[in-house]
Parts: sequence; structure tokens; C-alpha cells
Amino acid sequence: MSSGGPLLDVRHLVQEFEVRAQGGVRSGVVQAVSDVSFSLDKGETLGLVGETGSGKSTLARSILQAPRPKSGEVLFEGVDLVTLRGREMLRARRQMQMVFQDPFGSLDPKWSVTRIVEEPLIAFRTGARDERRRRVTEVLELVGLDPGRYADRRPRSLSGGQAQRVAIARALALDPALIIYDEAVSSLDVLIRAQVLNLLERLRSELSLTYLFIAHDLALVKQVSDRVAVMYLGKLVEIGPAESLYREPLHPYTVALLASIPNPDPTAPRAPAGQTIHGEPPSPIDPPSGCRFRTRCPRAQDVCAAEEPPLRKLANGHFAACHFPVSRDPLQAAGREPARLAGGHHDPATTN
Amino acid sequence: MSESLLDVSDLRVDFRHDRQVVRAVDGLTYSVRRGQTVAVIGESGSGKTVSSRAVMGLLPPTATVTGSIRFEDTEMVGLAEKAMRRHRGRGVAMVFQDPTRSLNPTMRVGAQIREAIQTHENTSRGGAQDRALELLELVRLPAARERLEQYPHQLSGGMRQRVMIAIALAASPKLLIADEATTALDVTTQAQIMELLRDLQQRLGMALIMISHDLGLAASFADEVVVMYAGRAVERAPTRKLFAHVRMPYTRALLDAIPRLENASHSQLAAIPGQPPNLALREPGCPFTPRCPNATDQCREHAPAFAEHEPDHEWACWHPCADEVPA
Repeated sequence: MSSGGPLLDVRHLVQEFEVRAQGGVRSGVVQAVSDVSFSLDKGETLGLVGETGSGKSTLARSILQAPRPKSGEVLFEGVDLVTLRGREMLRARRQMQMVFQDPFGSLDPKWSVTRIVEEPLIAFRTGARDERRRRVTEVLELVGLDPGRYADRRPRSLSGGQAQRVAIARALALDPALIIYDEAVSSLDVLIRAQVLNLLERLRSELSLTYLFIAHDLALVKQVSDRVAVMYLGKLVEIGPAESLYREPLHPYTVALLASIPNPDPTAPRAPAGQTIHGEPPSPIDPPSGCRFRTRCPRAQDVCAAEEPPLRKLANGHFAACHFPVSRDPLQAAGREPARLAGGHHDPATTN
Repeated sequence: MSESLLDVSDLRVDFRHDRQVVRAVDGLTYSVRRGQTVAVIGESGSGKTVSSRAVMGLLPPTATVTGSIRFEDTEMVGLAEKAMRRHRGRGVAMVFQDPTRSLNPTMRVGAQIREAIQTHENTSRGGAQDRALELLELVRLPAARERLEQYPHQLSGGMRQRVMIAIALAASPKLLIADEATTALDVTTQAQIMELLRDLQQRLGMALIMISHDLGLAASFADEVVVMYAGRAVERAPTRKLFAHVRMPYTRALLDAIPRLENASHSQLAAIPGQPPNLALREPGCPFTPRCPNATDQCREHAPAFAEHEPDHEWACWHPCADEVPA
């Protein structure tokens, strides 16, 4: 165990899947995650956004080694998870938990709330029965569910918000360091979603948790994140402090995502036509050459097809992979040097 | 109101379930004018979907519908199934949230659109095929001709939703109901589909009811907003008026709970506690009372009437919010 370094350090992560041709679907290798690097400090929340198929969920699962990535390193407290086997892997895994989008799909309908929340404790042989039950009561209280009322309930008698609280309690049971939320509030109603988001914030500060928060809703991600990473077709295209990424997005894709958010103010001007994008992402089986976003990018030039833009530092802690980043001062942005790669190995996006 | 296309008044929908009666829609009244876009906003269980299915005549036999739904000059409540079928498609059509489940996975896209066309029109296979292609071009599906021969699984979610819209438009309806039609889509695709709906509506002179949980979407696209809670309309006004002068505390709560880009990271959202009421326990008073910051004994005992308190602005509340002083 190291101290001082980031809690999680992902380096050049690659995940690919082979698909066979079937019913009009092409065969080939899906390049789900392509050379993604970033780091996450203790107590920090990194938001991860992107469209369906951008590879954000695959990235999360590759971090958890389920399944193991094709290549790259995943350093958790300084130890590369990719090299861990058996007992050591188990020990690392209990530090990392995940909460999914559909609570009803991820809770066994036949089990009581107590059994669901106790399950990870049993799986990791933690404590005697009464100690485990005490822990269940403790975490149910943490997530705002009265144990006396909910402990014996089955998932079907819970509302969506309550079921998601149970899933969060289960994730907390083993006292993890890192929790990955994969669209965990996306299917909840607005008011319930606000309650759960506030709960996540309270838990984070009370238990000093580190979050990787995956969602497609950029406004929601802003609410909870210190830094935000944007993925497009398996690539990390922009990463930076939440405030500066939203105030001055650098990648045209981020600009387009921001322009697509419906504004809850009817008097607000609509996004200028040049900012929204058309079409849909191309197939990850055969991604475009050079910059993968170029086929939908309003700023694309010849160089974008020829050369893949590296992720480079364009502002303080703010990186983008674009030949023609959007900036208030385009001349200045064009003159900036690509950031140095520390040790020729470590991507700059990992420094905070 | 001669220009009114749809007039829903005092609509009630009861479901019998386990010897209980659940009143899913409780005295709903609203109108849609020709060519207008009305957003019906509410949480799960607010009755927004049930009330629009009543307009389509698509409720199961366990439902009892009372009140009135007038579409043009026809009363839809109690209309025989045969007459209802004529009305569906030509009068009103609907697009649902999940295009994957609304399309037949074993039929080519072209055949599914042709089926919709030939249900309403006596036309040859060739004629229907031409019209299908026209419809796919109308909804701006890329490579429309090839798509006719494809199956739904070969299309993305956004493309499938375009196919669903093409099917809904097959008989040139006067009113299109989009029930959370963009909820399952990505933000960029959502923006494209909403732009498409707006464009089609203007070109075809069609009215649109957009059912959504998202007030942000309503702000950007609707002329008028109806907010529903526990089966009732609780506030209605033209969009700009509603957002500038929110009166019903529930509408206020919905607006305040939306994460906004202006919010600082790690800030707390204004989240009201509790959940929507159980509709099987029909308690007196305003259904929002247990969650309402303005609630008093009066609210617990007597339900406020949904009435026009300001010109063209209706709400149901004893203690409406005052205008916010701009910060």
C-alpha cells in the first residue's frame, strides 16, 4: 500500500471484444476502450460522460477486472490489479464497489433487504452473524432507510429510490475506498434523484469515499464531480476540473454535448446551430482514422483524418485531444505545445 | 374556443386491482389547440401516461373511464372500438418511450411501415412502399432506401425512434402524443429527435402532446405546460408564464431539483422529502400536503380547486408561491 499517490491510476487501458457476424451485424473487433489514462485521488469524484457505446461502462468494468482488460495498467493504491490473482485480487476487490442503473435488476427479488446487504459480508467472510447484522443496520441507517421498517422487505415492495438506497447500502457494507456509480440515478424521478444525489454527497464527505460517477447527463455530473472526463467512441477526448470544463470546454464534442442539454429556462437562447452535432457515432468496430470524432465534427480538417490528436494540456489541469480545440482565443490555443509525457509512459491526464 | 382540437374535461380513470380502486387520473382538464405543443409533466404514477392512453383509447379493460375527451367534434369516452380505430392513426397517433419494444423484431422496417399505411389507406403494396420511403425521408433517417430492408436490431436507438415516428405519421394524424419519446436516448440524439418533432409539427401543422418528467425539455420545446401530481393537474400556463411565475409548490420543487450547469460542484440540491401518495388510499385534501413546505391544516382537509387564478394561468393550491425576486 502506498500513500500520497492517487487511489486509482489507469494507464493506457485497452479493452476489445470480438464479435461474430450474425443477422446483419458485422464481424470484427469492437474497440470499446482505446488507450485511456487517468487518475483519481483519494476523496475525489471524477465524473465520466459520453454517449451510449462510448465505452464508459466497459471502462468501469475493466477497472474492476471484470473482465480483465486487453492491455494497460490499473494501479489501485499503487498495486497493478491486472497482475493480481486469487486471494490478492479478492482483497483488492473488496475495496471497490459498483452501483448500477437498474436497482431492481441488480437486487435478487426473492431476498430480503437484510440478506441483500449482508451478502457481501458473507462472501468476504466478514465477522460473526451478529456483527454482520449490526453492520447491516448501520449501513441501512447511513442510506436513510429505517432498518425496523425495511430490513425484512423484498425489493418488489420498495420504490425505485428505496431500492437504489439498498443497492448503495450493499456497496457500503464492506467499507470500500472506491465506489463506481454506473448511471445509478439515471432512471429515478427528478425529486427522488435529487434526494439520492444529496445522499451520495453526504456519504462521500462523511466516509471520505472516492467516486467514479458515470452518467450521460452533464448537468447531473457537474453537480457531484471535482473533475470530469468525456469519452467518445472508446477514447478519452477531454478531462479537466469540472468548473473549467463546463465554462470553457475545449473539445468540439464536449461543446456539442453541452449544447444538447435542454435548458430549464424558456427565455434562454437556443444553442447556435454550429454547436449541435448531427448523426450518430460510427461503429466502434471500424472507427474513423485519426480523430474518431472527425466524421461529426464541425471543425474537422484534413489533418484530423491523418493524425490522431494526443491528449494535451491546454489549461490548468485541463486536457483535450483535439487538433483545433475550441477556445476563447483560438490563436493562442493553436500555438500551445503538446504536454510532456512524464517518463514517456504516463499520460498527462493523470496529474491533477 | 373553436380552434380547440382536443378538450379533456374532468377525466377520471379508475383501475380495479385486488378489490381496491386506484384512481390514476382524477378530474383532469386541459385543451390542445391545432398545431400547439403541450407538455404534460409529472413523476412516475402522476397519471400522465394513463391520461394520454385514454385519449388514444388504449386502456386495458380493468380501467373505467369517466368524464369527457372531445377530439374535434367526437366524444371519445365510450366510443365503440370500431370508431376508435378510425380515430387512432388519423386523429391521434402515439410514439412510446422504448422503440425496441414497440417494433416487431422479426419484421423488416419497410413491412412495419407499410402495415401502418395499409391499415388506414386502400393502397397497393408498391404504393405503400413508396409512401414508406417518403415517410422515412420525412423523419430524416439516413440511407432511407436501404433501411426499408433492414430489421430493427440493425438500427440504433435513435434510428428506431425515427422509424416509430414514421409509423405514427403514416395516416397524417392531427395530434401526435410523444410519451417520454426521448427519455431512453442520449442527449445529442434527444436534441435531434426533439428538433425533428418540432420541424415535422410545423411542416404538417400537427399538434403535439409531449409527456415527460423533464421540465427542462418542456421549457425548450412546449408552448404550454400542464403539471400533474397524483392524477390531477396542479398547474397549467403558457411555458414562459409558468417558468416566470411558478405558483404551485410542487412545480417549484420539480424545478429546484433539476441539477443545473450553474450549480457549484458538491452543492446540495433542493430536494423535498417523501414520495408521491398511494393512489388507492383516497385521502381528502391536497395530495401534495405531506411533502409541501407551504402546507397547513386547510390543505389536509380540503383539496384546492384547479382554477384560473391569473389570466391564462391555472393552479390548484391554497398557498401559492410568490414570484421569486431575481438574484
